[in-house]
Amino acid sequence: MTTSDDLPIKSNSDVVLVRQHVRTAAVNVGLSLVDQTKVVTAASELARNALVYAGGGQVRIEIVNNGIRKGLRLAFSDTGPGIPDIPQALTDGWTTGGGLGLGLSGSRRLVDEFDLQSAPGEGTLITVTKWAR
Amino acid sequence: MDRVPVLKLGDILIVSIQIDLQDQSVLALQEDLADQVVATGARGVIIDITAVEIVDSFIGRMLATIAAISRMLDAETVVVGMRPAVAITLVELGLSLGGVRTALNLEKGVALLNHLDGAQIVTAAQ
Repeated sequence: MTTSDDLPIKSNSDVVLVRQHVRTAAVNVGLSLVDQTKVVTAASELARNALVYAGGGQVRIEIVNNGIRKGLRLAFSDTGPGIPDIPQALTDGWTTGGGLGLGLSGSRRLVDEFDLQSAPGEGTLITVTKWAR
Repeated sequence: MDRVPVLKLGDILIVSIQIDLQDQSVLALQEDLADQVVATGARGVIIDITAVEIVDSFIGRMLATIAAISRMLDAETVVVGMRPAVAITLVELGLSLGGVRTALNLEKGVALLNHLDGAQIVTAAQ
């Protein structure tokens, strides 16, 4: 069975709301405290990215099951300008937004699976999964 | 937007973050602290993050920025009460908060500031 929760990301307070919903879902999936913290931190980075780079977007929070383990899957989508050079965007320290350049590359390290689909003018879809151990 | 209160105890300003911080609150805190450091002549700033469940790159950068600003205004900053899971996540994220002093709790933070201040006075007298 899959349950999902869709949230808009349109303001800074939505970023806080996304963190809270992801935290609740992470607890429900049975992630350890450290893994909860990692996935909530990744969600915070990706939600802020959607806001800063695309002017907003949305996230789908899903509890998934691969037959062996339960996991938490988060899909961040936006209809912003897209990412022209994905390998560059995933490089530590690379930023076009005046930040530290750790949002994408750092989030990738905090989750078990990371998938990024984007093209100029076509928005961005980032799907991350954290499995319960 | 919620504002984080800044408390004064002797020469130290204490900030205890008890809310889920949104980016605007973080920026307001940065300005409030800089103003308060100058207005009170505080020698130290303690930021208590005992209740903070996550520190992402934005909040982490804010901590480093507050430490840098305070240092320019002649005050040292100590971040206290970081949760183990937060420390693990920050390092994995790639943020080691190099320029920020930390202490395990408020008591040790105050002791560290007193020690630093004492050391500065000794240095100045030599």
